[in-house]
Amino acid sequence: MATKAIVGEKVGMTQVWDEDNRIVPVTVLRVSPCRVVQVKTPEHDGYSAIQVTLGVRDESKLNRPEAGHFAKAGVEPGRKLVELRLDDVSEFSVGQEISADLLSQGEHVDVTAVSRGKGFAGAMKRHGFKGAPASHGAHRNHRKPGSVGQCATPSRVFRGKKLPGRMGAEKVTTLNLMVVRSDPEAQVLLVRGSVPGPRGGTVVIRDAVKGD
Amino acid sequence: MQPTDLIDNQNLRDDIPDFAPGDTLKVYVKVVEGNRHRTQLFEGVVIRRQGSGVRETFTVRKVSFGVGVERTFPLHTPVIDKIEVATRGDVRRAKLYYLRDRVGKAAKVKEKRFN
Repeated sequence: MATKAIVGEKVGMTQVWDEDNRIVPVTVLRVSPCRVVQVKTPEHDGYSAIQVTLGVRDESKLNRPEAGHFAKAGVEPGRKLVELRLDDVSEFSVGQEISADLLSQGEHVDVTAVSRGKGFAGAMKRHGFKGAPASHGAHRNHRKPGSVGQCATPSRVFRGKKLPGRMGAEKVTTLNLMVVRSDPEAQVLLVRGSVPGPRGGTVVIRDAVKGD
Repeated sequence: MQPTDLIDNQNLRDDIPDFAPGDTLKVYVKVVEGNRHRTQLFEGVVIRRQGSGVRETFTVRKVSFGVGVERTFPLHTPVIDKIEVATRGDVRRAKLYYLRDRVGKAAKVKEKRFN
């Protein structure tokens, strides 16, 4: 599991120049300081994690359970509550602030977010099926998935068969993205490559767990 | 206005002269050979400008020893030392791809006359 993590917001993609004047494709992530609301320990909760909040929310817009939760921690209410699973939470205490200086340039990170929803997608888009020929006698089956199985044996469709259905809007993690720039003052983090989800989406950034 | 402007604005150059397709440019390119730096001149006609913001690029075409050479530069790249506009061209379109099919005098762009 990760040793450090932070919550951010996807701003968009652009490009910057590296020291050899080559173009580096980067995703801009806004990482505003987040406040620890709760520390979960294996003894008390069965696993270790920290719960953080970011941004500000009008206190009158909280419901009672939320208001109580923030009041107990003595933390200013934020826009969102996010749990970050970590190996070791002993360094964290309630009320502590985490900012972008957690991650430095050159480090590798994993970025988790909810991918863009594609709605009900066909087998070609969802599973990369080839579809049917455009011509040579193909009739009204250009994007159909084709056969779904055999005949009297087994006389059923196997479970897990790739078929059309809901696509996207699921939790996706992109592994081993390099931090190109970390700017705590501007509250901005630049990672090389793309990140799941739409602009404005919430992302969780943690140090790379698998290495490369 | 793009959401990524906070990063892009730092990478935009403000020393780029106004130029358009048809103009003849002198592009001074920084070249690194081992640990030596020098500038190389690439002079030719701008046949295309495309994109916007940090992603904008332009293409310069010249004929070198009878061979057409085209080089595309990102407009804001630090590789460019400086850009000089040698002449202004009088052209009627934005993309001068027709120059590729022409040789000799026909491949020349008329110079703009200011009266």
